[in-house]
Amino acid sequence: MGFKIIGTGSQLPKKAVSNAQLATFLDTSDDWITSKTGIKSRTICSDETITDLAAQAALTALNNANLSIADIDLLVCATMSADYAMPSMACCVLEQLGGACPAFDVNAACSGFVYALDVADSFISTRKAQNVLVVAAEMMSRMLDWTDRTSSILFGDGAAACVLTAGDSLKYLNVTATPQIAPLFAKASNGNNPFVQNVQNYPNYPQDSVNNFLQMKGQHVYKFAVTTIQQEINLALNALHLQADEITYFILHQANTRIIESARTRLKLPLEKFPMNIEKYGNMSAASIPVLLDEMLQQNAIKSGDLLMLIGFGGGLTSGTAVLQW
Amino acid sequence: MLDKITEILRDYKSDDSLAVAENSTFEELELDSLDLVQLVMDVEEEFGVTIEMDTPITTVAELMATIENAQEND
Repeated sequence: MGFKIIGTGSQLPKKAVSNAQLATFLDTSDDWITSKTGIKSRTICSDETITDLAAQAALTALNNANLSIADIDLLVCATMSADYAMPSMACCVLEQLGGACPAFDVNAACSGFVYALDVADSFISTRKAQNVLVVAAEMMSRMLDWTDRTSSILFGDGAAACVLTAGDSLKYLNVTATPQIAPLFAKASNGNNPFVQNVQNYPNYPQDSVNNFLQMKGQHVYKFAVTTIQQEINLALNALHLQADEITYFILHQANTRIIESARTRLKLPLEKFPMNIEKYGNMSAASIPVLLDEMLQQNAIKSGDLLMLIGFGGGLTSGTAVLQW
Repeated sequence: MLDKITEILRDYKSDDSLAVAENSTFEELELDSLDLVQLVMDVEEEFGVTIEMDTPITTVAELMATIENAQEND
């Protein structure tokens, strides 16, 4: 017993921000950002909340699945940038959709969607749920230092959702973490606690972290990403006794065109097996894989029987891979 | 070691006559920070070592010292 995806949806903010617009207030250029990342534009929340986008994506996914929120037994939301620390984004989405069922968030950073699929699979496999709504939504723009030209250019906001039901589409799912804080983190706030002291020197906080913005050691994360993609692909192929060319599409977390290109080249696989949309959206963390999946389905790029390998990797450092037969 | 690094760099640049010396900087060789990670990963494979990206590497000599250090620690 596993699951199949019977409906998807995605919703992006209305406001698109080009590299040229960033160059009006950051010391950067379209050429520099494009050559370093492959990103030309990103969508950023302005007069909408990420909850609004997540709820709209969820509604589209439900409509495509011909189900209503009343049919859903569990709502899992993959996010690290929700509108509230409490309640969960899952509860906020559920309220907008007018439903009532177990609802909670999963934070596995950019691997969050694959982790949420694993949670959904567990509920479905143990018959605790028949239909699960998995939402992945990130408002990365609220975590960024918009005066830092190295990090703020990389990310975007967006939401996507999938409706899962019991089925046999899932062929493989593996999630893991090799914990390292320093390469990629955003500190939580201590509020106005008058007792807290020496937070900067707390052993698990990198010494140089003085604010709550997302901080990233680019070279370290790049190396982790490229090696992880290769390892994840090899692990999955070995487990399934498949050759790489039998996978129709590798749907990778959209972090940087050069990460995907480096992994692809090292594995000697053709470009057409690695769909990308990062050029339009930047890195949307947990939302990037399901947004791309939804776009491919809208474009009829995925046919019945196709094998899809979804690979997430990111802060934690976490990674996860799911193989689905459509 | 310099020969092998030169070979890898010539392959990157598709330039069989690319001049690489120990004191060449990666900036002179027109490698950006992510190209350098690519080079480190290729070097790791070639020399069977693991190189952390924590210390900045700006010249070929620094890369060679890092490889030697990693070989000694293995």
